[in-house]
Amino acid sequence: MVDQRVHLKGMTLRNPVMTASGTFGFGEEYTDYLDLSRIGGIIVKGTTLRHREGNPYPRMAETASGMLNAVGLQNKGVDYFINTIYPRIKSFDTAILVNVSGSTVEDYRETAARIQELDNIPGIELNISCPNVKEGGMAFGTSAAGAANVVKAVRSVYHKHLMVKLSPNVTDITEIAKAVEGEGADSVSLINTVLGMAIDAEKRIPKLSTITGGLSGPCVKPIALRMVWQTANAVGIPVIGLGGISSATDAVEFLLAGASAIQIGTANFIDPSLSQQVAEGIEVYCQRHGFASVKELTGALLVDKQGSFCSPRSECR
Amino acid sequence: MQRPTSHLMDCRLIDKQRLNDRYVLLIVETPLSISHALPGQFAQIRIDGSPTTYLRRPISLCQVINERELHLLVQEVGDGTKTLCALEPGATVNMILPLGKGYSMPSSPSICLLIGGGVGVAPLLMQGRRLAQAGHQVHFLLGGRTSTDLVMRASFEAFGTVNYTTEDGSLGEKGFVTQHSLLQQLNPGFVYTCGPKPMMQAVAAYAKQHHVPCEVSLENLMACGIGACLCCVEDTVNGHICTCTEGPVFNIEMLKW
Repeated sequence: MVDQRVHLKGMTLRNPVMTASGTFGFGEEYTDYLDLSRIGGIIVKGTTLRHREGNPYPRMAETASGMLNAVGLQNKGVDYFINTIYPRIKSFDTAILVNVSGSTVEDYRETAARIQELDNIPGIELNISCPNVKEGGMAFGTSAAGAANVVKAVRSVYHKHLMVKLSPNVTDITEIAKAVEGEGADSVSLINTVLGMAIDAEKRIPKLSTITGGLSGPCVKPIALRMVWQTANAVGIPVIGLGGISSATDAVEFLLAGASAIQIGTANFIDPSLSQQVAEGIEVYCQRHGFASVKELTGALLVDKQGSFCSPRSECR
Repeated sequence: MQRPTSHLMDCRLIDKQRLNDRYVLLIVETPLSISHALPGQFAQIRIDGSPTTYLRRPISLCQVINERELHLLVQEVGDGTKTLCALEPGATVNMILPLGKGYSMPSSPSICLLIGGGVGVAPLLMQGRRLAQAGHQVHFLLGGRTSTDLVMRASFEAFGTVNYTTEDGSLGEKGFVTQHSLLQQLNPGFVYTCGPKPMMQAVAAYAKQHHVPCEVSLENLMACGIGACLCCVEDTVNGHICTCTEGPVFNIEMLKW
């Protein structure tokens, strides 16, 4: 029996598999396909203080091994979430976190404060990395000062688990991670989507109404893995890894790189039962490799004491 | 929120019929009953073995026979649909179905006009059958570029009268469906349509002009197909709503057309 639990500040996940915001709705969209009580947690769709219609159609373009989206945080606002969605999902037998976004620091703070009142929401994921909105979003997450500013404001009113979702669209993600850690973030999740673009050559038009959008899926996995590795070696708070995870092996790679838990995102669209299968697959991996707990997998990549490549195995740490 | 039950399942391709140079009819056996599936609903089909295809492909249900036999009319458009159509009987096809909201039924016995273009005729066959079985008068008006585009004619003719248009005049009246003389003669109580967007918009204009209720089936680009990603939204009178869960069939009163 492998101990799959993941202990994060203020909450314990049943296992390290969560579902990424914007790819899993509010969880209820998926109950025909999997058992929510078999996954560690779900992070519900990005929520803002007020209703947002999002960007015009077309908002999506398929790419090789992935997709671009430009949804732009369409949601009905935090009060609708509290009054209408929350009562429907609060008894789900899994950790439910709310992804919080905003156009101003005050938006973030107010939205977080309202969600804090919900008993069955043990944490929020602060989205300072959405590439698809004109104001806020990624603007906060691409400078250490901007990221620190919004985290500091939210931390002052929010006392449950505060996860901060980081953008890969930066020169050095560890600077942002260290900045949010310094302002009291309890964990960081990475990566959000990679800024990209697609063109229809025959029609000579961009494929997205916003021209650029966020790339996700297996094509971004190596970038995500690299950033998780760098970040896990730079901060002391837990790192939640995501970006293109499509199998238990992918998930294990993120854990080995230093993640304490992982999120399944775009791959939910291809296989809506995937997160449950990944949780089961991680357990099998642990059994096969003699790990008594998933916790032991975190950062268990075999490298030498300086963190460099080493072979044979006997010379690694 | 009440959602129709759908299933994620491995199905088996039991037969395949090439109908013309672009259309293939796939006949699939499902492991679970899909007798609750409604005309206008769709299946999200995983495409295996195409390196350029990542997402599932939404395909309208064309017929459901004896609880577990599903017919899908597929047009080869890109790598995804070409890969799907290259499968041979015996192959496994992973699908999520039935998804979305289908066509509604008239509240009283009605003359129903079902106008389809191209591969968009697929869901109209299933709806025509359902209408005929419920005692409504069924008229199909089907259009294509040329006669070979108009497939499965005998199947349609089993459930109602069928009129055709072709752009080259090789079958039925020459021109577009919206130019067919039937539109001046028939006084339909309900219009259902599926096909290219310009055609559906012309049909919607006809229905509005004649004050006839009309439902159209949209084919906005989808990623998840189950209401999670919010990619396939249509800008309706109620704002952006998902085509995959609130559609793909919409009453034209909902649309900003």
